[in-house]
Amino acid sequence: MKQTTTAVLAAAVLTLGVTGAAQAGTLEDVQSRGVLRCVVSTGIAGFAQPDANGVWGGFDVDFCRATAAAVLGDAGKIEAVTSTGKTRFTKLNAGEGDVLWRNTTVTFSRDVGVKLRFHGINYYDGQGFMVKKSLGISSAKELDGASVCIQTGTTTELNLADYFSSNGMKYEPVTIETNDEARQNYEGDRCDVYTTDASGLASTRSALPDPGAHMVLPEIISKEPLGPATRHGDDQWSDIITWVLNATITAEELGVTSANVDAQKSSNNPEVRRLLGVDGSQGSELGLSNDWAYQIIKQIGNYGEIFERNIGVDTPLGIARGLNALWTDGGLIYSPPFR
Amino acid sequence: MAQASSNTPNILLRLWRNEGSRGVIIQIITMVVLFALLAAIARNVAVNLAEVGKEFSFSFLTWPAAYDIGFSPFIEYTNQSTHLRAAVVGLLNTLLVAVCGCALASVLGFMLGIMRLSSNWLVSRISYVFVEFMRNVPVLIHILAFYALVVTLLPPAKKAIDVGAGAFFLSNRGFYTPSPVFEPGAGMVGITIIIAIVIAVIFRRWAKRVQDQTGKAYPVFWIFAAIVIALPGIAFLAAGMPLSWDIPALKGFNFKGGMAIKPEFLALCLALSYYTACFISEIVRAGILAISRGQSEAAHALGLQNNRTLQLIIIPQALRVIVPPLCSQYLNLTKNSSLAIAIGYMDITATIGGISLMQTGKEMETMIIVMGVYLVISLAISSFMNWFNHRIKLTER
Repeated sequence: MKQTTTAVLAAAVLTLGVTGAAQAGTLEDVQSRGVLRCVVSTGIAGFAQPDANGVWGGFDVDFCRATAAAVLGDAGKIEAVTSTGKTRFTKLNAGEGDVLWRNTTVTFSRDVGVKLRFHGINYYDGQGFMVKKSLGISSAKELDGASVCIQTGTTTELNLADYFSSNGMKYEPVTIETNDEARQNYEGDRCDVYTTDASGLASTRSALPDPGAHMVLPEIISKEPLGPATRHGDDQWSDIITWVLNATITAEELGVTSANVDAQKSSNNPEVRRLLGVDGSQGSELGLSNDWAYQIIKQIGNYGEIFERNIGVDTPLGIARGLNALWTDGGLIYSPPFR
Repeated sequence: MAQASSNTPNILLRLWRNEGSRGVIIQIITMVVLFALLAAIARNVAVNLAEVGKEFSFSFLTWPAAYDIGFSPFIEYTNQSTHLRAAVVGLLNTLLVAVCGCALASVLGFMLGIMRLSSNWLVSRISYVFVEFMRNVPVLIHILAFYALVVTLLPPAKKAIDVGAGAFFLSNRGFYTPSPVFEPGAGMVGITIIIAIVIAVIFRRWAKRVQDQTGKAYPVFWIFAAIVIALPGIAFLAAGMPLSWDIPALKGFNFKGGMAIKPEFLALCLALSYYTACFISEIVRAGILAISRGQSEAAHALGLQNNRTLQLIIIPQALRVIVPPLCSQYLNLTKNSSLAIAIGYMDITATIGGISLMQTGKEMETMIIVMGVYLVISLAISSFMNWFNHRIKLTER
């Protein structure tokens, strides 16, 4: 099995002393390789999925491309390292990927126990339940005795266990490796309920033959702040990932889009000028070229553009900004200032 | 002094030229290199773990696992149980699949092997086609295909097929059967069963001794069966039938009560069994073909019937050829059971080597546990088969 192999591989890496992985110098590695390797999911519509030509796209992949634009100057120079929920950290820690952009919930145990560095939140999510409308239920409180499909190795299975025991309900967990397999089991009625992050449910629902026959229950049972992660021990690389994310948010706050970014270069707003590298030396302080953020916005766009293009209301997923609106619009998306 | 130092190279040279001592020297050097390598690996692990800031420790086994396991037929497990308990649940599930799989594979394998040797053209061709098809497709594909078949072909729980008297139901959530509920007095019946078996075994030994000495043969099988069935039966009636059945019934989303054979277990166990059975059938065929025709002709000449010939002459001799390779098939089946993870059956690889690994980030420790467990199971099977092989060895006089 692939995941066992990866775990064994990680054990082997630890054993045989390929220590380069966990050390500083990721930026140099990426630049000399000329390709950024991002750990992504095995396929979640709207977030990370290859198209008919095998070109990866989606919300998470766009952030990966933004990173490549900043680091290599070319958003196309990425390689998607697919991983299941279970293998993602092992792959990252074993050095198979440079950065993890993969619907990953930031938690204490992952930050401290699994030894990851998290760099902010690019999507505020929460765990929900999807059921067939024909079941005739309207609340997760009615799920006593149900069979529940879950993806293994995720925070969802822990939230689920907590939710059912705190509500005094019983359930049969049907533990599945990937989103696609879980969908097959849900479609085949092996389970009554599919649970994962609400964004993942929207994505799965959009991929079902008859999305209208399924509904997402109103209960959101957890906080799932999703964000990028890197390995411990490379502060420069951590700074880069943090500020790539912040640059997309700041660009939206300042109204800089992929369409007007060239015009904005001559803006009078000093923060816009710093962001786009017209003034100051923020790029070189990060170890990048001074137009790094310009490249991100020019090639990929700002946070709002990335959101609307991949998962927004006009896409099959149809997710409203909600918590993921800018703080100025009542959401939680907020970037520290570029100063 | 001068003499001694000039002698030293001579001694080494002489030791090297002597065949016996050269062998010892090479062995010593090999051992030193091997241990140096092991030490280097161990040091590397320690250094690299320290570098990523991970402590090598098994203390996580006592932490609450916090996840649920859908299939734990033997011991109580909740999400408050420890990772150690989750590992034990996984181990028991692995053993369950291994035992069921080996038993089924043996029965099916012997049947297929004998069918293949049948003089009936159709019977032998059926066995041939089955074996060639099954063993030439990877076992993982068998498992996934079988599971997909179960989940898509069988109806959902609410439309379960009633396969017997409103007590047995078949659905894609599992095969539901009534489960026995023991009432006071059942313990007595259990004890009588053990007593009956002991008596029956003593009888069989006695009958064999009588046959060896006098040639008088008792119908051992029938008397054996009568003792084992009749004694507990009488005790059961005498105790007032202390047994009732918990019958499964559809309540809400799922069946409640009774026992369920889950589709994950079913798919894994059956796929592993019929895959391995194909290899076993070839081993059985080879074993039987290895016995020269003269043996069965001699037995027939002595007036033994076909089944007695098979039972007394052919099989005891064929077993000597069959058992050693059979052992490796059992080992293969047990190790292949780790493919359980593909369909979400909660074996040792899926619990401690899967979810626990993920939740605690202890790759090294969990992998060591999983590897250790498989090693111990495999060695246990090997030593049992060696013992069995030794027992059935042809006694040469």
